[in-house]
Amino acid sequence: MTEAVATSVSLNTRWRAWAIPAVVVILVCGSTLLPDAMKVYPKAWIVPFIDWFRELMAWLTQDTPQIPGLPPIREFTRAFAGGLNYLLDFFKSLFATGFHFRPGDGPADLPPLPWYLVIGLAALSGWRLGGRKLAIITFVGLLFIAFTGNWTSAMLTLASVIVAAAVSAIAGVAIGALAYRSKTFDRLLSPFLDLMQTVPVFAYLVPALMLLGFGPAAASAATIIYALPPMIRSTVLGLRRVPSETSEFGRIAGCTPFQMMIKVLLPSALPSIMLGINQMTMMTLNMVIIASMIGAGGLGYDVLTALRRLDIGSGLEAGLAIVALAVILDRQSQAAAQRSGDHKHDEQASFFMRHRVTLALIAITAVTYAIGLFEPATAYFPHDFVFSARASLNEFARWIAVNLSGPLNYIKTAFLWTVMIPTRNFIGGLPWFVPPLLVGIIGYAFSGFALALLSSVLVLSIFAAGLQEPALNTIYLCGLGTILSLLFGIPLGIWGAKSERAHAVLGAICDTLQTLPSFVYLIPVVMLFRVGDYSALIAIVAFAIVPAIRYTDFGIRRVPKHYIEASLMSGGTREQVLREVELPLAVPEILLGVSQTIMMALSMLVITALVGTRDLGQETYIALAKADAGRGIVAGLAIAFLAIVADRLVSAWSHYRFRQLHLT
Amino acid sequence: MVQPIISCQDVWKVYGGVAKAGDGGACSDVVALREATLDISEGECFVIMGLSGSGKSTLVRCLTRLIDPSRGKIVVDGADITSASERDLTAIRRRTMGMVFQNFALLPHLTVLDNVAFPLGIRGIEKKERQDRARVLLQTVGLSGRENHYPSELSGGQQQRVGIARALSCDPKILFMDEPFSALDPLLRRELQDEFLRLRAKLRKTIVFITHDFDEAIRLADRIAIMKDGGILQIGTPEELIVHSKEPYVREFTRHVDRSRVLTAKTIAQPANGHAPTRYVDGDALLYQFANEVLSSNEPVGVRHQGAVIGVLNKNDVISILTSTDQKAVA
Repeated sequence: MTEAVATSVSLNTRWRAWAIPAVVVILVCGSTLLPDAMKVYPKAWIVPFIDWFRELMAWLTQDTPQIPGLPPIREFTRAFAGGLNYLLDFFKSLFATGFHFRPGDGPADLPPLPWYLVIGLAALSGWRLGGRKLAIITFVGLLFIAFTGNWTSAMLTLASVIVAAAVSAIAGVAIGALAYRSKTFDRLLSPFLDLMQTVPVFAYLVPALMLLGFGPAAASAATIIYALPPMIRSTVLGLRRVPSETSEFGRIAGCTPFQMMIKVLLPSALPSIMLGINQMTMMTLNMVIIASMIGAGGLGYDVLTALRRLDIGSGLEAGLAIVALAVILDRQSQAAAQRSGDHKHDEQASFFMRHRVTLALIAITAVTYAIGLFEPATAYFPHDFVFSARASLNEFARWIAVNLSGPLNYIKTAFLWTVMIPTRNFIGGLPWFVPPLLVGIIGYAFSGFALALLSSVLVLSIFAAGLQEPALNTIYLCGLGTILSLLFGIPLGIWGAKSERAHAVLGAICDTLQTLPSFVYLIPVVMLFRVGDYSALIAIVAFAIVPAIRYTDFGIRRVPKHYIEASLMSGGTREQVLREVELPLAVPEILLGVSQTIMMALSMLVITALVGTRDLGQETYIALAKADAGRGIVAGLAIAFLAIVADRLVSAWSHYRFRQLHLT
Repeated sequence: MVQPIISCQDVWKVYGGVAKAGDGGACSDVVALREATLDISEGECFVIMGLSGSGKSTLVRCLTRLIDPSRGKIVVDGADITSASERDLTAIRRRTMGMVFQNFALLPHLTVLDNVAFPLGIRGIEKKERQDRARVLLQTVGLSGRENHYPSELSGGQQQRVGIARALSCDPKILFMDEPFSALDPLLRRELQDEFLRLRAKLRKTIVFITHDFDEAIRLADRIAIMKDGGILQIGTPEELIVHSKEPYVREFTRHVDRSRVLTAKTIAQPANGHAPTRYVDGDALLYQFANEVLSSNEPVGVRHQGAVIGVLNKNDVISILTSTDQKAVA
């Protein structure tokens, strides 16, 4: 059998080596000869997907029952929204605004948790989870937020994150447990999870708004749905990894299925679930920042309004507050995940001794809150303490604009005219049937007919929805962004694989870049280059370069040492070994990195819509502004389809390389 | 004869349509267990011995119905577990079974005490009582003072002691032990085997013990079942297996066993043929215990069993048994 594979691979290799480039060249060259009329997808063939989704949404939100005898879906969604709003209000009041029982804008009837208490509790939690270093990071980060005057906004954001993350965690674990117990449910769920992870964040917002009504609940629901897949995945994975002996023990001990899940399986799967919670929390923060732009308030809103005023200083400070919050949330939830695996005994036996810290905290909280009750001013961060650098930052921004705009603009213009515009014109100038055909051919070459069909149909359906132009713009921006990310990322990854110091530095940078909500990337870019495709491209590259670096580094480090030793002993120079042995063997991992890079580029696209690109991200953004669910869903699905095609093609290529190298 | 506590009739386990790696991707049925028939009587220590892939794990998981047998009937403590519903099965397990696992399977988030008390908690016994009982059991296995530690803070040997205490916590009639000492290093294994023998003498439980180590089987077993390729080759006492190996495969194991610690005087005694010995050894004595006596005597030594003289032992016979690795010398 191995021989058969070997033969077929070598035959296919010969076939591919000639056929693919030949076909591509013929297609592309041939297409320039075709008349302009063939460039645009025929209007008559457009399928009214958008109308269908509008009708579907209308049906879902109608006031008459969808199924006779049952109340209309709207009543359920309203009830859900009510519950969610209640939770959100409670936590926002607790952390940020204080409780208002009387109508009107008067002072709060009950103050929020005092700001110094929140900082103290968070630092203490950091100390308990991750030691002194984490305590200091937390303390300094929160102080920064307070002193720059972003405290209330940050607490609003935090409250939204807490609510959405808590609901996601509970729902995710419950759904994950169900999927673990029922194979059928798992099989039904799996394609949805795949799709959910590729649909951009905005696409959830529109239907959520329609179902739940305009307000924070809709944003929160969209956030929860967006953050659910990794939570479900890690729960299922954690449960599957529980050693079979442990579940056998549970059965022999006579556990009922419920006891088994609650007392044996879930606690054993806790470390993996906690990793899921870390990932989910960061996605939640990302989404909360984005969602706050539709009026929910919080740090994202502050950044956006500052950018619109071109008040770069405030924008930067609010952006840094987001960074601080992101780093604190990430490090703390990571430390919690690491700690969930190791249990240490405590010799203290008595109740008061064991719970002395908890009891002390409850006492301190009660006392400080009481002080806040009598002296409300102490609960809020004093205005006089705000020490903002925004004026000097604005000054700095102006200085850059004056002194650096020459060279920066020169680079920008040169790049636009030599690379970006020609690429866009070339892709936009292809006859409409070329892109679907091309992905089909690539799919066929690396995998087979099934992938070819899937890729062609998905791309074709985007065109058929009337989204040819934004889709091509998307391909151009993301394609260019991916290529640039790889161009910079792969050499950096090689450097990281070769030098321990570079590895450590790059690792720290990548860690930080990965925790940042995608929105933050826009701030410096807009500051330097204003709006437009060029700014969008830079933001995309900054965001998507991480996997390119990471996977290259990982792939080269993973090459077995004996290959390298054998090559060196054969007389190879370091460069030769890298070129002839390490890189080829690392190609499968690098390709996985490519796939990740494309995914991240696509997810950044929606954010770059804010700086005025004309792609599918802009479509979803416009749909959001117009509350047009049909348009938003279709544009969101279009991005998801592009992501699926790119992901499947690249992983088919990766698998193909794996097989060639007999690494399966 | 006493009613067996476990009775297993013609039990098969076939994994259907499982694609095996390396056979060209073709589907084939894998017979994990074939035609297993055995009775285990109350109070017996029954060892199932086989190398990996021999089906011993499958057999014990069928006996506990952790996996469903494809065919056959298994009666445990009077209940037919092959046809029992999930609910009945839970009840049967709670009433009769405890199990010790190769990799301990302790719950990482519970203290040692709570791990031992866990099966009691499942049965709804209140906290105070179950912790008291768990404390007593931990004392029995020699782990007093470690109650509040977590499993990850203990050595492998200590963890398995917790595993044993936990399996005993509900006083099950049958204790299943799935290679309990295989994950431990040899010295520790020996120590725990001694501990096991001591506990066994004290508790007199029915034990079904799995191992791939024939020496361990010989040390601990009342009877041994030897398995290969999913089938049971032979069942017998350690002595029977050595004296009457039915299969060459069984002989492979018995060949290297230290016979002097397995064979008894009554088994190797020769007909007296009119000799009238002046010295006697007991029929149940092990060869190593009386070998010196026979070798230092110039005349055959008699064997007395249950009051009667059943034969004699010659110096030459003992020498040939001690020096040979061949079966025939024994018979």
